[in-house]
Amino acid sequence: MPETLKLEIVTPSAKIFDDDVEMVTLTGISGEMGILPRHMPLMTQLVAGEINVRKANDNIFLAVGDGFVQVTGDRVSILTDMAIRAENIDEAAAEEARHRAEARLAQKLSDEDAALVHASLSHALAQLKVKRRKGK
Amino acid sequence: MPSTRDIRRRIRSVKNTAQITKAMQMVAAAKMRKAQQAALVGRPYADLMNRILSEAAPRIVAFKHPLMEVRTPKNRAVILISTDRGLCGALNGNLMREAVKLNNGATTFIAAGKKGAQFVSRTKRRLAAEFTYADPPTFAEARAISKMAQDLFLKGEADAVDILFTNFVSTLVQQPKTVPFLPVAEIKPVTVGVNPPDQPLPAAGQPRTDVFEFEPDEKSVLSALLPHSLTFRVHQILLEARASEHSARMVAMKNASDNAQQLIKDLTLEFNKLRQSNITRELLEITTAQMAVS
Repeated sequence: MPETLKLEIVTPSAKIFDDDVEMVTLTGISGEMGILPRHMPLMTQLVAGEINVRKANDNIFLAVGDGFVQVTGDRVSILTDMAIRAENIDEAAAEEARHRAEARLAQKLSDEDAALVHASLSHALAQLKVKRRKGK
Repeated sequence: MPSTRDIRRRIRSVKNTAQITKAMQMVAAAKMRKAQQAALVGRPYADLMNRILSEAAPRIVAFKHPLMEVRTPKNRAVILISTDRGLCGALNGNLMREAVKLNNGATTFIAAGKKGAQFVSRTKRRLAAEFTYADPPTFAEARAISKMAQDLFLKGEADAVDILFTNFVSTLVQQPKTVPFLPVAEIKPVTVGVNPPDQPLPAAGQPRTDVFEFEPDEKSVLSALLPHSLTFRVHQILLEARASEHSARMVAMKNASDNAQQLIKDLTLEFNKLRQSNITRELLEITTAQMAVS
C-alpha cells in the first residue's frame, strides 16, 4: 500500500474533487511541479492549465483556472475558479468560447471586461489542452 | 352613502391588487430559495479558504501587506449594500437609519444598489461610486466593488472601510449589520452563507516558525490571496443581502395579500347589508303604494 495524499479541489460553485491520490502534477506560477506524499509545506498560486492526478495506476486529467494551492504534509488543497474533469469537457463549447473570447479581445475593452475575457480565454484554452492531450 | 355599484367596483379593484401582490409573493419566495441556495454552495470554498488563510497567516512574519496597515481612522468609507427595487417592507428604511448614524463629514459611501445611491445623494452625503449587482450577484460585480474599496484605502482617502448590509437571520428577521472590511488587521474568516457562524479561526495566533515555503515568495502569494479573499467576502455578503431582500419582499407581499383579503371581506359584508336594506326599502314602498291604492 503506497502512501497517499489527500487532494481537494474546490470552486465557488462546488467541490470538484476530494479523494486520496498518489501524485499530483500541476502548474504553479513558477513552473510545473509534481507533488508526492510528504512534500514540504508550500503555498503558491495556480496558473490555468491542467492537473494530472495519479491514483492506483490511473491518470485523471482536469482542466483548472487560476487559483491557489496549499500543500501541507499529507494534504493538497486547491482553490480555483474553475475545474472540470477531462471526460466532462465539451470540446466544441470550449472551442467556441475560445473564439468568442479572442474576438472580444480584438475590441477595445475596459480593464474589468478585459480581465473577464482573459479569464474565460484561459479557461477555454486549459480545457482544450486537456481534451486534446487525452485524445492522443 | 356609496351605492352598491360603487362597492362592487371597489371590491373588484382590491381583488386585482391582491392578485398582483400574491403573484409577487410567489416570485419572491422562489427567488428567496434560490438566493439561499446560492449562499450555501459557496460554503466549501469559503471553508477551504479559511483553512488556507489560517494555516498560512501565522507563518507570514517578514512581510506586511499594505492592505493590512492599521491607521487612525479619520476618514471612513462605507460600502452600503441596498436593494434596487422597493416593495420590500422596512428593509431599506432600517438600513438607511443605520447609515444616518454614521459621521456625516468623515464618511464616504460606496453604494451597491439603487436605493442606497438615492439615499446618499438625497441626504447630500459623499458618494464615491455606485454599483449595481445582478440577481444572483456575480463574482465580477463583487470584484469591482472590492477593488474600488481597496483603491480608496490604498490611496489614503479612507483609513478604514466597513460594509453595511442587511444580514439574513431568518425568513422573518433581517437585521442591518456593519462589518469591518479593511484594513485586514488580522486575517478573519470569510463570513459565509445564511447565518454565518462567528467563530474564530482554529489555528490563528502565535507566529509559527516551522518551515513553510511560499513560491515565489510571501509577498506575491499574499498580494494575490488577500484581494481575492476580500472579493470573495464581498460576494458572500452580496448573496446574503439578496437573500434578505427576497425574504423581506415575500413577507411584505404576504402581508399585503392578507390585508387585501380582509378588505374584500369587509367590503362584501357592507355590500350585502346595503343590498338587503335596499330590498327592504323597495318592498316597503310597494306595500305602502298598494295600501294607498286599495
